[in-house]
Amino acid sequence: MLVYLFRRLVNVVFMLLVVAAVTFGIFFMVPKLTGTDPAMLYVGKIADKVAVEGIRHKMGLDKSIIEQFWLFLKGVFVGRDYNAGTDMTHCAAPCLGYSFKTEREVWPLLLNRVGVDFSLAAGACVLWLVFGTATGVVSALRRGTALDRLTMTVALAGVSLPMYFTGLVALAVFGHQLGWFPINYTDLADDPVAWFEGLVLPWVTLAFLYAATYARLSRATLLDVLGEDYIRTARAKGLKEPVVIGKHAMRSTLTPILTIFGMDLGGLLGGAVLTEKTFNLRGLGYEAVTSIQSSDLPVIMGVTLFAAFFIVMANLVVDLLYAVVDPRVRLT
Amino acid sequence: MSNTDKPFLSVRDLKVHFPTDDGLVKSVNGLSFDLERGRTLGIVGESGSGKSVTSLSIMGLHRTGTKRGAPRISGEIWLDGEDLVAAGPDRVRKLRGQKMAMIFQDPLTAMHPYYTVGAQIVEGYRAHHPGASKKEARKRAVEMLDRVGIPQPDKRVDNYPHEFSGGMRQRAMIAMALVNDPSLLIADEPTTALDVTVQAQILDLIRDLQKEFGSAVIIITHDLGVVAELADDILVMYGGKPVERGPAATIFESPEHPYTWGLLGSMPRLDRELQDRLIPVKGTPPSLINVPSGCAFHPRCPYAELTGGRSTSEVPVLAEAAPRHHAACHLPIAERHRIFTEEIAPRL
Repeated sequence: MLVYLFRRLVNVVFMLLVVAAVTFGIFFMVPKLTGTDPAMLYVGKIADKVAVEGIRHKMGLDKSIIEQFWLFLKGVFVGRDYNAGTDMTHCAAPCLGYSFKTEREVWPLLLNRVGVDFSLAAGACVLWLVFGTATGVVSALRRGTALDRLTMTVALAGVSLPMYFTGLVALAVFGHQLGWFPINYTDLADDPVAWFEGLVLPWVTLAFLYAATYARLSRATLLDVLGEDYIRTARAKGLKEPVVIGKHAMRSTLTPILTIFGMDLGGLLGGAVLTEKTFNLRGLGYEAVTSIQSSDLPVIMGVTLFAAFFIVMANLVVDLLYAVVDPRVRLT
Repeated sequence: MSNTDKPFLSVRDLKVHFPTDDGLVKSVNGLSFDLERGRTLGIVGESGSGKSVTSLSIMGLHRTGTKRGAPRISGEIWLDGEDLVAAGPDRVRKLRGQKMAMIFQDPLTAMHPYYTVGAQIVEGYRAHHPGASKKEARKRAVEMLDRVGIPQPDKRVDNYPHEFSGGMRQRAMIAMALVNDPSLLIADEPTTALDVTVQAQILDLIRDLQKEFGSAVIIITHDLGVVAELADDILVMYGGKPVERGPAATIFESPEHPYTWGLLGSMPRLDRELQDRLIPVKGTPPSLINVPSGCAFHPRCPYAELTGGRSTSEVPVLAEAAPRHHAACHLPIAERHRIFTEEIAPRL
């Protein structure tokens, strides 16, 4: 078990290294292909040659790609000093470099942004997990009835309708028309009530999208499970139907749901571009879009690493949980 | 209720029909038999003969597990003076696992993979002993595992089904079925999924336990070898109907129905020296939606033309061929005996 965990953690680090290397490669190649000069981006349009060269030297952009990558990695773990003679800037670990645009450190910026995604995911995931699974289960147990057909039609709509459609409708109706919810995001630390109110619409809209998938999955899985021999055995033992369904069938139904839940949550923490854009939330997804638009490569790199980290970690957690849920899975 | 005059289990004109998109599937279409405590009945037939549906109907498990509506069930199933067909689902549930229990074909899929063997036995015990503490139930589970011959039962009780071998799993299934001392035990193909070496052990175990508990046992199988080991009486089913019924020894010695001859001919025998090859029953099992007219077996029966057309026009009924021995066949008894002694017996 510990050996397994250690191996998986090594794996995580390796995966992140690969992601970092590929992103860094692109980071290095793009300026060459587009003919833009990273040093120029830092300095701005009206810069004299000396200033540009100074920046290039200070940021280490005059070094080879291998050396730059090494300095970047080192910066992540032990921090990094940018210096050019007397002009020295210290970037504390974990250092992801400086934004071209704002010239501020990337790490604190992203740390600030990811709070929004945590807030968004926390509420939405509870909603979609509870409602999605419950809907699917009820649908499966009432298979073929009007209720089943209705919920599955709604679920199909949920899967098919894009976020920016349902989100905008929700905003227009509940935000603007009825005015039930504010359409601004407030930080949790500033005002918990406003934080909650501001997130209700994004939560519900996002949860609707995911819940539809969960409803379909849990319905299909439960129907499969109900046909299993061990369900017949449970009934043959004379167990009450709620025990047969609630205990024996649900235990097996929740396993695949757990898997995609981990993946979805990991993906969501790495930024929800459409949701953030629709509800004007400034999370990692928003940061990704703006940094791509402005070719702010250090930020793109940071966002990518953040997202990769959450997905890889979610993967690991799911695999560990799987062994807890299914005794047949051995972690070796 | 007085139970003395009635057999312990009495099935009367049982019909189980499943509505499907293609039509009504008549899985069981008029079945009657009696079974006393301490006796073993073997129900034999090929796939689709209705033998499994019969057992599920007795257990009340046919109500679930259908995709297009509930099956239509008629007739009577009297268990210890109580009609299970007329009884409410909750009453049948209470009897299930307590008064009647079932062992299934594949012990790997029949046990929940996520719960320990012990937990699954404990659950069955506590479902019918609400007052029993977890500790008592666990003790009972260990006791049952020991009784069915599982070594180190106090340790194995905490194992998961996948940690058991196939034979051990079936033993555990038996322990689970017997945990509440049922008076009726139904074993649906209990050895089909097992290694040949393990099959005999499981059959021995079932026989020993029956002697010990004195319960009535129904063995459902397509394998005449299995019923030869265990059964006191044999019921041969074909196309949802009984075609022959009698004491096991009689069925093996002087079978009356051509289908039974076919089954015997297709059974490998180790106790006979001369046997060139097995003779399969020709043709395919009948459709249960459009059951062949007259005798359902006539399209496959080599002697159908000897009935003078009756086999295609008239449904044969179970008639006494000898004391306690019944067969549903249009062939005259003398003719059947002649065919069996002259043509069939020498090839067996």
